Formats: sequence, C-alpha cells, structure tokens
Amino acid sequence: MKWNFTDDLPIYQQIMDVIRQGIASGELMAGERLPSVRELALEAEVNPNTMQKALAELEREGLLYSKRTSGRFVSETQEVRNALKKELADGYVSDFLEKMEKLGYGKKEIIALIQEREDGKWS
Amino acid sequence: MELVKCDGLIKNYGLKKALSGVTFSLPAGKITGLLGPNGSGKTTLIKILGGLLTADGGTVAIGGNSPGVETKKIVSYLPERTYFSSAVKVKETLDFFEAFYEDFELERAEEMLKSLQISDKSKISELSKGNREKLQLVLVMSRRAKLYLLDEPMGGVDPAARDFILRTILKNYAEDASVVISTHLIQDVEKVLDDVIFLKEGNICLKQSVDELREKEKKSVDALFREVFQC
Repeated sequence: MKWNFTDDLPIYQQIMDVIRQGIASGELMAGERLPSVRELALEAEVNPNTMQKALAELEREGLLYSKRTSGRFVSETQEVRNALKKELADGYVSDFLEKMEKLGYGKKEIIALIQEREDGKWS
Repeated sequence: MELVKCDGLIKNYGLKKALSGVTFSLPAGKITGLLGPNGSGKTTLIKILGGLLTADGGTVAIGGNSPGVETKKIVSYLPERTYFSSAVKVKETLDFFEAFYEDFELERAEEMLKSLQISDKSKISELSKGNREKLQLVLVMSRRAKLYLLDEPMGGVDPAARDFILRTILKNYAEDASVVISTHLIQDVEKVLDDVIFLKEGNICLKQSVDELREKEKKSVDALFREVFQC
C-alpha cells in the first residue's frame, strides 16, 4: 500500500482511506491477516497510536475484525466489501462530475463523451 | 497517571527570560512535539526535564520525582550536539552506556549499528557528522527508558537519515514510554506525533493533539506553525 499524506486531513482518516482503497481494489484480500499495529505504523512511518485509531475506526465500520489472540483481519462479508466499492466509486464519479462541470460541460455532454470512449472513437 | 508534570516553570539567564511560567503535563505512551522558533525555550525546557539545568521557579515531577538520580534512571536524553570525545572508539561509547545505564540493551544497539554499517572499531573522529548523530541516537534509543527527550534529533542530517531517525524512534520506544521531540523541522516529524506543544518566548501558546488540530484548522501543524510564528 502507498502511504502519502496530505496536509488538510487528520492522518488517521488518510490511513483509513488507504486501507479502504486496498480492500476495494483487492490488494487486501477477504480474510487476510493484517500486520501488527506497530509493523503497519513503521511501514507508513506514523505514530502507532494514530495507526491504532484508524484500524479501530475501520473495525467499527465492519471492514476489519479482530480475533482476540491472533490479530486483525479483513472482513470476509461480501456485502460490506461491495458497499465499500460502491461508496468509493460514487466518490470518484462525484469528483469527476464536479471537475467536468467546472469545465462547463453539462450532464448530457459528459455522457456523450463517455459514450464516444465506449464506442472506441478515442481509444 | 501523568508521566511528566510541570507547574509554573521559570528560568532566567541573567535578565533574559527563557521560560516564564510553563505549565503542562504529559501522559505515558505519547509522542509529543515541542515546537517553537529558535530561542523560544525548547532546549531550556528539555534540559530542565533532563536534570541538566535547575529551574528558578515552579516544580517538575517525572514519574513523581523531581529531576535527579531517580529520574535520570528513567529518562534518556539526546542532546542537541553529540558529546563523545573524538579520540574514543564506538565500542567504548557502547561500553560506557552499558556500564552507566541499567536499562541499556547492548544487543539492540549493536544490531542497529550493524544495519548502519558503523563498525564498533571505528574511532569517533573517523565517523561523518551524520553517522555521529546516528550513533548518539542509537545509544539513546537502546535504553528501555520511560521518557525520551530528543533535542533536535534531525538537526543537520540529510533526508534519508531523517527517515532512519524517525524509524529508529518509532521502532524502539516501548508502548508505555513517552517521547518528547524538540524541532523546528515540523513537516518531517508531524506524522509521528500524538500531540504538539508550541512554545513562544518562554510560554506555551498551544497544546493540542495533531488529529484535533488538523480536523479543526484543516491544515497541517507545519502550516499553522508558519502562521503563528510569522516574522
């Protein structure tokens, strides 16, 4: 996973985004065991408390779960992972639309552009 | 239980006020950034916590004791400048720490030096400035201390060495230990800090968790620092 942090958000929220992304993209597999908090903190070069906070939040959201003695795992529930994927995709679409609207494109024009791409005119 | 408790600390150098009534406490298990421009009192505060200076007023308690023999057993201090005699060998500095501090773990230090490819047969005078600073940090972080006081740990080193230093700090402090890092290179340390203390002309002008600060201000500690201390 790539750990790059920006200035405008708390680090733990950015860590959550990186892990969400990893789960959605399949880089982190269902049921996969995560490294320890300390190992992950070292990998991301962040404070272990910050990493702990991010993982605990993701656990609350149901994307991770822990077993008392053996560590933390990626959720195996398909619906949870699908919901995450949908949520991320919606976010990307919103970002895209916002940028296109700033360029002055209307919804129909945008769809036409996508259709062009689909028809292979641009590829 | 608070690991460090300072109440109304005052320190003057002649007519110059270095600290004018500094009050704060630090819990165990946190990494705190002590941030401020040059001359704001960072080193003075760290030296008082380390028992190298005595305050002119106010009280300090570390693990319930005033700075002295008892606190020095649990406090590991990294000074701004390395203090090794250039005539001795790396091995002798290791032996010195081994003899001096009960909580020093020789194996840990040897392992880190090995990964840095610093031979214990080298003389201090043969080491580069960067390697001397790394050696000092390795020694300080090889103690199982309760409180690490790191005064400008990334002073004069290159960016790759900074990464090494941050990783060494993260890897070696125990979960119930606390770390105080004084620096003005905020951008480099921001992501390893739990809390920040801003010192301005001998007073604390801000003490907050980094998460809260970013959430509230929507900007990094570094950006806020530049605003607060704009010249």
